[in-house]
Amino acid sequence: MNKTVLILKHEFLQTLKRKSFIIMTLAFPVLGLLGIGVFQIIQGVETPPAEAVSIGYVDEVGIFDGYREQYQVELTPFATAEEATDALLDDEVSEYFVIPPDYVTSGAIYRFTLERELEPPDKTIAAIRDFLQSNLLEGQTTEEITNRVKFPLALYNTVLDESGQPTDEQGGFGTLILPYLFSILLLMAIFTSSGFVLQGLGEEKENRIMEILLSSVSARQLITGKVLGLGAAGLMQMVFWLLSARLLIELLPTGISEAIGTIEISPSFVILSLVYFLLGYLLFGVLMAGMGAIGATARESQQLSMVIILPAALPFYAIYFIIENPQHIISLILTLFPFSAPITVIMRMGISEIPAWQLALSMALLVAAIVGSLWLVAKVFRTFLLMYGKTPKLGEIIRLVRQA
Amino acid sequence: MKDLDFTPAVEVKSVVKIYGKRRVVNDVSFTVAQGEIFGLIGPNGAGKTTTIRMMMDIIKPDSGEINILGEHLNEAAKNGIGYLPEERGLYKKITVLHSLVYLASLKGIPAHRAQSRAEELLKRIDMLPHKNKKIEELSRGMGQLIQFLVTIIHDPRLVILDEPFAGLDPVNTELLKEIILELRSQGKAIILSTHRMNEVEALCDRVLMIDVGRSVLYGKLTEIKTKYRNNSVFVEFDGELGGLAGVVDVKDYGQYTELFLDGEATPQQVLKQLVSRGGSLNRFEVSTPSLNEIFIQVAAKKQ
Repeated sequence: MNKTVLILKHEFLQTLKRKSFIIMTLAFPVLGLLGIGVFQIIQGVETPPAEAVSIGYVDEVGIFDGYREQYQVELTPFATAEEATDALLDDEVSEYFVIPPDYVTSGAIYRFTLERELEPPDKTIAAIRDFLQSNLLEGQTTEEITNRVKFPLALYNTVLDESGQPTDEQGGFGTLILPYLFSILLLMAIFTSSGFVLQGLGEEKENRIMEILLSSVSARQLITGKVLGLGAAGLMQMVFWLLSARLLIELLPTGISEAIGTIEISPSFVILSLVYFLLGYLLFGVLMAGMGAIGATARESQQLSMVIILPAALPFYAIYFIIENPQHIISLILTLFPFSAPITVIMRMGISEIPAWQLALSMALLVAAIVGSLWLVAKVFRTFLLMYGKTPKLGEIIRLVRQA
Repeated sequence: MKDLDFTPAVEVKSVVKIYGKRRVVNDVSFTVAQGEIFGLIGPNGAGKTTTIRMMMDIIKPDSGEINILGEHLNEAAKNGIGYLPEERGLYKKITVLHSLVYLASLKGIPAHRAQSRAEELLKRIDMLPHKNKKIEELSRGMGQLIQFLVTIIHDPRLVILDEPFAGLDPVNTELLKEIILELRSQGKAIILSTHRMNEVEALCDRVLMIDVGRSVLYGKLTEIKTKYRNNSVFVEFDGELGGLAGVVDVKDYGQYTELFLDGEATPQQVLKQLVSRGGSLNRFEVSTPSLNEIFIQVAAKKQ
């Protein structure tokens, strides 16, 4: 059998046996299931019907008399503020407010409570507002108009495509959350797998098995076999995640799925996720192999690898910008720049269509970057792998790369 | 076909390796024939490991030429070499048998054949019961032996051993020497690289001694020993030692005495005189310097 294939197979099987890999792979669906379970338990617990709260008020205008039964709030009139304060101290009302004589022109309401609070509770505000509105509009207009003033708009949104027809992608929380979640998963999958490349090489270096391997296979065979073997394991992880995401969505309780809206994992999304996982992984896997070769220990290699992890996480820093300006030149640059391309593309897919030429160009650039880094890393690989003891300085690295 | 057998296993011609400004290996040449044990000796840092790494194509020489089994080293030729590096180790989490089979498969041996060969070799060193243990569970010495089996499991024609006895107890050292001699009798070329020169004296047919990157001695061990003979004999004799013809100096070490001969007299003539004197002669030994002593002489001369 071809030696590259042998290494690939060995690395693949060894990775599947790694505890950290198994935990990582199962963590996502298990956490998802747990989340759904906890949600349903909370839903199942009967929340006791909230007792109607009693709020006192002092009407110094003299027109606020009706509509005292608001949702879960009962309003009790008092003649003077002193009476209201006594009632408050005796726990007959939980709070009271004063409507001053000039209320109609000033809109001022003075609220008194025993509680220290960050801001008045929404329920109280809504109740007071409704109470004031209803009384103010009493007899001024029809009930329909009164209701419209209270709820002026019920919004229905439709996104149209260029031909004027409603599009499949109607936006909303659901279509946004999925790409966001998957861009995080993609980043995790890329970096766990390429992290294994780094860790594996570090271990081989520390175990001193490297020279034995290099006496049997070439540096190129070793990198290729390793990167592909671990990539296959990572791909399996990604496919597993995608499948379990589908299942989890089926299991979602109606409460959540209504809140999020329609979630659909379209085939094009799956395919693009896998393609960008593969390309992203190959780029980072090869570069991590280089870092693994340069660092003297696994720990030092890990520190070095921050240099390439940071640009990959770049889209996360710009996430709000990308969401609001998916067609901006900066979004385009992040889409094309090989290091940030995988994450940016997955993010942008949730927000808007990405023109085909951008996808094609970004994939082409990624492939070019992969080939380039494989060439560079294979060149310096042997030199660094056998340098035990210390991590070379930047100047030394540049010199050795030039010499190779 | 016959000609092939006389192809040298290794041919190194004027090899130079420079790191920065230091010539780590400086114009070193040697050949290793098939069926011989060749000693590559010298102190730490002499350039032995660098020379071997160049032979294995792990690093490239700056100039010079290396042929292994008659050709420039290529990927296919790597399968014919067994290399035990000085910096060596195994995957810790993998079993003994799996390690042997996997590393043999990287040398082009199909898994089923590697499996039976591994069991055969484990049996040879009495470690068959440990075959399903993980490497990390083995003692250091056992690990070293497994490492050695990895080197020879694919039945290589050329075996390169860099400091093979490091970390081995006397019993395992003897076992290893035994196996090395077996390999020679099978016609394999063996290169032993070590800084413990005395340890390999008994094994080597020919040696190359290097010091600070330069070749300082090269040839048959017996010839080198004759050349660097002190021209003295050790005796334990309980009679009168004075007035022996041909002896220019006598050095008394208490238990035994060293007699220095002039250029003319042979040890045999001295022995005859001693025997003719009567008295009991418990020891008579022509002094041959150890490789260590020869090295010190050679290195001192260079200074």
